[in-house]
Amino acid sequence: MSAGMSAMDGGAATATPRVGVVTFPGSLDDRDAALAVRAAGAEPVALWHGDDDLAGVDAVVLPGGFSYGDYLRAGAIARFSPMVATIVAAAADGLPVLGICNGFQVLCEAGLLPGALTRNVGLHFVCRDQRLRVETATTAWTRDYQRGDEIVIPIKHGEGRYVASPDVLAELAAEDRVVLRYVGGNPNGSAVDIASVCDARRTVVGLMPHPEHAVDGLTGAGVDGLPMFTSVLSGLLSNV
Amino acid sequence: MTGNPTAPTATSDPTGAAANAATAAADAAEQPYRDLGLTDDEYGRIVATLGRRPTDAELAMYSVMWSEHCSYKSSKIHLRQFKDTPSTDRLLVGMGENAGVVAVGEGLAVTFKIESHNHPSFVEPYQGAATGVGGIVRDILTMGARPLAVLDPLRFGDADAPDTARTLPGIVAGIGGYGNCLGLPNIGGEVVFDPTYAGNPLVNALCVGVMPVSRVQTSAATGVGNAVVLLGAKTGRDGIGGVSVLASATFDEGGGPARRPSVQVGDPFTEKILIESCLELFDRGLVTGIQDLGGAGLTCALTETTAAGIATGQPGGMDVDLELVPLREASMSPPEVLASESQERMLAIVTPQSLPEVLALAERWGVIATRIGTVTDSGRLVIRWHGEVVVDVPPGSLADDGPVYERPIRRPADLDLVRADTPAAARLARPTTGEQLRETLLRLIASPNLCSRAWVTDQYDRYVQANTVLAQPEDAGVLRLSADTGLGIALATDGNGRYARLDPFAGAQLALAEACRNVSAAGAEPIAVTNCLNFGSPEDPEVMWQFAEACAGLADGCRRLGLPVTGGNVSFYNQTGATPIHPTPVIGVLGLFDDVARRTPIGFTGDGDALILLGETADEFGGSEWAWVTHRHLGGAPPAVDLAREKLLGEVLVAGSREGLLSAAHDLSDGGLAQTLVESCLRGGRGARIELAAGADLFVELFSESTARAVVAVPSAAQARFAELCTTRGLPWQRLGVVGGDTLDVRDAFAVGLDELRTAHEGTLPALFGQTT
Repeated sequence: MSAGMSAMDGGAATATPRVGVVTFPGSLDDRDAALAVRAAGAEPVALWHGDDDLAGVDAVVLPGGFSYGDYLRAGAIARFSPMVATIVAAAADGLPVLGICNGFQVLCEAGLLPGALTRNVGLHFVCRDQRLRVETATTAWTRDYQRGDEIVIPIKHGEGRYVASPDVLAELAAEDRVVLRYVGGNPNGSAVDIASVCDARRTVVGLMPHPEHAVDGLTGAGVDGLPMFTSVLSGLLSNV
Repeated sequence: MTGNPTAPTATSDPTGAAANAATAAADAAEQPYRDLGLTDDEYGRIVATLGRRPTDAELAMYSVMWSEHCSYKSSKIHLRQFKDTPSTDRLLVGMGENAGVVAVGEGLAVTFKIESHNHPSFVEPYQGAATGVGGIVRDILTMGARPLAVLDPLRFGDADAPDTARTLPGIVAGIGGYGNCLGLPNIGGEVVFDPTYAGNPLVNALCVGVMPVSRVQTSAATGVGNAVVLLGAKTGRDGIGGVSVLASATFDEGGGPARRPSVQVGDPFTEKILIESCLELFDRGLVTGIQDLGGAGLTCALTETTAAGIATGQPGGMDVDLELVPLREASMSPPEVLASESQERMLAIVTPQSLPEVLALAERWGVIATRIGTVTDSGRLVIRWHGEVVVDVPPGSLADDGPVYERPIRRPADLDLVRADTPAAARLARPTTGEQLRETLLRLIASPNLCSRAWVTDQYDRYVQANTVLAQPEDAGVLRLSADTGLGIALATDGNGRYARLDPFAGAQLALAEACRNVSAAGAEPIAVTNCLNFGSPEDPEVMWQFAEACAGLADGCRRLGLPVTGGNVSFYNQTGATPIHPTPVIGVLGLFDDVARRTPIGFTGDGDALILLGETADEFGGSEWAWVTHRHLGGAPPAVDLAREKLLGEVLVAGSREGLLSAAHDLSDGGLAQTLVESCLRGGRGARIELAAGADLFVELFSESTARAVVAVPSAAQARFAELCTTRGLPWQRLGVVGGDTLDVRDAFAVGLDELRTAHEGTLPALFGQTT
């Protein structure tokens, strides 16, 4: 438990990019996301759902978990938090945002991403190491991958079935906004095997798999998730 | 175990007691003590203790605190021998507290404990299992620790029995629903099927947590004038009578579902914010005492904290204004408020100076926090309801001085017959040809007790918290405690009710030995033991004999292995009508790693690695999976126990890990060598070529369940050193073969492709319980 949230309290501004990780009541993979941010070479910054100040971070991760218990509908309450309102506004100005699992659900509820995540078609929570294909490397969070890369990242969710109207699915395809697809078996019944999508600006990405659990071979399923966190840093540094 | 035997604090006037006991019979007509689970004698004792007729609220409190579940009245005299198990410098908190605590170095302490939630999970599978997780997690939190992971040993009736289709999916979903939402990785456990558990599924839950040594908390309510604060969920009518009516009585035929109101309902989100807020309270040093609310709810928490405070020798006592307790239903009466087992609640003792900060901190997390009372120096627990005294008792009389029974014991009448029915070749037909051995292997690896558990474990999050190094189907769950040094722990739980049915003394030792073997196979050194003792009715002398034997066996085994028992739980009344379950002691063992990076996985991953069998194999099939699966036979003696050999095996496995000599290690247990080879091949995605000694009985070599054995895979560069390690320590070993290819090939007998093995091993539970994706 040594390198946890205690190290996420900001600190003096340096050349190191700073990536915020939001904690909602019921967030679970927030420390884990912070560790992944650090493993990628950035400084994790803890953000609290009740605050509306981004503390000057360069990018934001909405972590996995069950915000507010997700008893109503996953992400349905978290979207109303002051921090999410701030993030919605900042995203319009180009702030890179990554929503992982519950974070993806929050981004859909908040309208930053199209579609919705519903109950898995098998009606069970599923935790497994999932094969995925990278469908686009031109987003803020996937530029360190190559299009067509096959990677393995764990999934663990009960409500990850991506659904959207035919129009939206067509638009996503036409604009190359499907970021990841499930391969080797669709674990949840998602439309056209979609595991991840991005917004039109390509800076906001939501995904059901947990890249923060694939950054360290000892405690995760390999290291295929690390490029997701280094991608945003490359972008930030190249923009300087 | 609750019920720490502290100095008695109850006093009563013997003269008055005698007079009152005489009138107990008359009072009985008015007071429903029998419905609450109290006997005539126990009621008389309450009257004697108080020197008067108890109030309704007091009667409710005594009935739950003196229930079997809370008072350990039938088990106490047997559990005492665990106190004689070896202590170590590591042991910071031993038996009698909410959970044992051991120091693991780097200023850290680990606490772990296993509990049962058997009866509620039968009545209401989802909520029963969910709140079982919630309850054990709060026990760990109460010690001051951040909960790190859970393991769930589960036992059901036959896999294809109709009721298993009701209980198993609900129980698994409940464990996952609660644990996943709480952010606790589930890293191990068991799934066992046997008709003995048909009307009494066993749902045990182990939780482990970590804290700085300096943060270990106490439950004592001390400091006259300190505030008593209730944190967490509102109190409702759920779970009333959970410990007394439900957990301390036998199910009648078909009587389960009628007791659904006695099962608690879980809210993992409330538990999550309760955990985070309590950990912040501990870190800021804002509480002087803390106690979780579990079985017997407020009654247990109030009496135990008050009694523990008095036991410190300081002035103690407590005044409580019960109407301040936030309620879900305004119409609840004082006895209901006191007996409710609503989940997700904690009781904190706080100085008046700290109170505002405590309330503000809870508010920030969205946790309800209410001051409901004050620590006094009266020596008594006084509870008022809108100003009227409804309870005025010496708290020790409830918490510590409950009845203690030395129940009669009798060796089961049929045991000699069962033991004499040995599974010799003349009694049970054995496979002999290569084709028959191949068929036997495929049948066994697909059988409910030996098939893949992925259907269950894929419903549990094993990654959250980013410290899981190994999880099921590995031999042990392994967690990293420090990212800087690699300090870590391993945990395994094991039990075998069939072995224990044949010999409960040996059965407890076999469970202990297997859990130790699993931890050692992963590379960790065993350091402490917890236990969950699942038995039938203590009022049945034959069950009580099994219990006494199992306790003696476990205590003896721990002494021989040099391991302390740090805590545990007893679950009696696991029987339907007059038929008890097989005695089922489930043992949890905690192991320690200096560096988890050297953990040994079970999967064969190195082509060309030598396979070595450690230990010796004998013709031992009593209580075996083979005898059960192929002949539905249970008889004879369980495999021989050799704890000295187990210890030696463990030392070699750990030494092999330390020296980096092993690419894989997997213990041998149910199903024998064949099962171990199949699991390791499938896990690593590689086959193996096996050559057993010329003239060996292939059936015995492949399927015997002799103990103190393991298979290791050793890269060629390390083979000479590892052989030397075994030989100098005197551990028998033999070369089995080599890793590689895509078949499991047993020379002169048979070969099976990995695909065929995988299909057989992985198809069983999805076929029984449905596809999950």
